[in-house]
Amino acid sequence: MKIAVLTKAIPSYESLIRIDTSSKWIDDSIVNYVINESDAYALEEALKIRESLADNSEVVVVSMGPEDKCSKIIKDGLAKGADRAILIDSQEKISDPLSIATLISDCIKDEQFDLVFSGLQSDDLGSGQVGVLLGEKLKMSTATLAIETQIEPSAIRVKRELESGWFQWLTLPLPASISIQSGINNPRYPSLKGIMGARNKEVAKLNSNQFSNNKLQSMVELYIPSNEKQTKKIEGDSKSVVSRILEVLKNDLRIIQ
Amino acid sequence: MILVVLENQRGKIHPFSVESVVAGQKIAKSLNQPLSILCVGDNIDPIHESAKQFDCSELILASHPLLKTYSADGFSKIIVDLIKSYSPKYCIFGHSYMVRDYVPRVSANLSIPFISDITSINLSSQNIQFSKQVFNAKLSSRIENESTNGCLLSFQSAAFSADELIKGAPEKVTNFEVQLSDSDIRSTTEEEFQESSSGVDLSTAELIVSVGRGIDNQDNIPIAEELAKVLGAELASSRPVVDMGWLPPFRQIGSSGQTVSPKLYFALGISGAIQHVVGMKGSKNIIAINKDEEAPIFEIADYAVIGDLLEIAPLLTEELRKR
Repeated sequence: MKIAVLTKAIPSYESLIRIDTSSKWIDDSIVNYVINESDAYALEEALKIRESLADNSEVVVVSMGPEDKCSKIIKDGLAKGADRAILIDSQEKISDPLSIATLISDCIKDEQFDLVFSGLQSDDLGSGQVGVLLGEKLKMSTATLAIETQIEPSAIRVKRELESGWFQWLTLPLPASISIQSGINNPRYPSLKGIMGARNKEVAKLNSNQFSNNKLQSMVELYIPSNEKQTKKIEGDSKSVVSRILEVLKNDLRIIQ
Repeated sequence: MILVVLENQRGKIHPFSVESVVAGQKIAKSLNQPLSILCVGDNIDPIHESAKQFDCSELILASHPLLKTYSADGFSKIIVDLIKSYSPKYCIFGHSYMVRDYVPRVSANLSIPFISDITSINLSSQNIQFSKQVFNAKLSSRIENESTNGCLLSFQSAAFSADELIKGAPEKVTNFEVQLSDSDIRSTTEEEFQESSSGVDLSTAELIVSVGRGIDNQDNIPIAEELAKVLGAELASSRPVVDMGWLPPFRQIGSSGQTVSPKLYFALGISGAIQHVVGMKGSKNIIAINKDEEAPIFEIADYAVIGDLLEIAPLLTEELRKR
C-alpha cells in the first residue's frame, strides 16, 4: 500500500498575524510556521495503517509551499516515521484551491498512490477542498471528515462524521482520497532514533513553475473583520477584573444576587 | 440563471439551504437573473412541498432511487450534469458537511471555482466580492470569481438570515431526467447513526461555562468545572479539548457538536474559530476570557476579558463561593 499524506505549513496559533503592505498576504517575517493540526492526525493515521499491515507499505509526506517553510514540517514527518517526502517548492502565494490541487495532481500522478490522506481543512486559508479536488483529478473515490478507518482488501472502510453528532460508515474502493478529522488518533512525537534516521531519507524536490497554473478565483484583499457587537473590554490586574465580572453577573445579567 | 441546491436533511430542507435561498434571491435580483431552485434526492416530496413557497422562477426536481443514500459519486454527477445543461452563472449551496464532501468534485470535474464557507457578500462592487474568514478567523479575505464558465458558492451558517426569505411560488416546475447507474457509485454506504449523548442536552442549558485550548492542559479542567458548579452552569468545550481527550465528545459545542443559545455563555480560553462560533453565536450574553487580545471570540463577545484564565477563573470561583 502506497499512502500519500498532504501536509501544509501554516502559522502557529501563537503567531502574530499582521497584514503585509500588499494587503494580499500576511507579514511572514514574524510568523512561526508549523504543521497544520489536522494534517498531523492524517500522518499518524497513515503511519498506523502502515504498521498494522506490516508489509512493504510506504508513507510519503507531500508538502507544497515555499521550501524554507515546508522543509521543517517535512523533516518532522520523516522523523515520525514517514518513508520519504515530496516537496513541491512554490514561492507564489496560491490561494485558489483548484490551482493547488491541479499542481499537486500533476506532481504526484505518476506515483499511483493507493491512498491520499489530508487534514480536513488548513487553518490558514481553510478552503477544506484540496483532498477532494485531488481525488477527483486522480479519479479516486473520496470521503471527508473521517474519524475512524479500517483497511480491507483493496478497499477502505471509513467512519464519517456528519453534523450534530451523527455518523456513517462507508466503504470506498482504492484508490481513495480521504480527509481526516482532528481527534481521530493521538499523533506521536518523533523519537531520537527517528530524528537521526530522517537525515538519510529521500526528499524529492519539484518546482511548481514547471506546471501550468490557471487561477479561477483570486483573493483580492485581506482585512481585519469588524466587531459585530458593542464589546465592553475588561482588563487590568486579576483582582480588579474579577470584581468587574462579578458586577456584570450581578447588575447587567442578574445571574447572581 | 442562478441555481440554488437544496439539501434534504432527513426529510426537511437543511437550515443552511434555506439561508442559501436568501443568498440566491439577493444575487439573482442584483444581477437581474432568473432564480432556479433544485430539489435533489430520492424521496424529495417533503422538501418539494416546502420549496413551493419560495419566490423563484423555476423549481427543478431531480429524483432517482440511487440517490436514496448520499454518495459523493452520485451527487456530484447529478450536479455536473445539471450545470452542463443549465449553465448557471452561480450555483449556490449551504456550507454543510455534505456540501463540503461532494461539491469540490464538481469544481474539479468542470474546472470551475468553488468559493466555499462564505460569510458575507458585497454586491455593489463591480465584480461581486465574497468574504470568508481566514487565519483562524483572525482575518477575513475578499475573493472574486475569475471564471466565465460559472462558479460554485457555499454560504456559512447565518451569512444570511432565513427571516429575509421572500415567499411566493415558482413560475414553473421542471423535472430533470437523472442519468445514474449502479456503476457510477463506487462507495457502499451504511445507515447513519447517532452516538449516545449520555443524556446531556446542552441546548436547554441557561448558563454554560465552556473551555477551549487556552486551558493549557488536562490538569486545569477542574478550574472550569469548579466555576461551572458554583454558577450552576453546564460545562461545555470547543473541539480541540475533546480531540485531546480532556472532555467527552458530548460536551462539544460547534458544527460537529451541539448548538446552544444560553442566557450566558462563559468562554474560557476559546479562540473563536468559525466551527465553534456557529454553535454558540445565538447566546444572549457572551463573556470571553482570553489572553490574546486579538482572539476572534472577542468580535462576538459582549464582555471581552483580556487576561489569564488560569488566574482569573479560580479567583472568580472563590469570590462566588463567598456569596
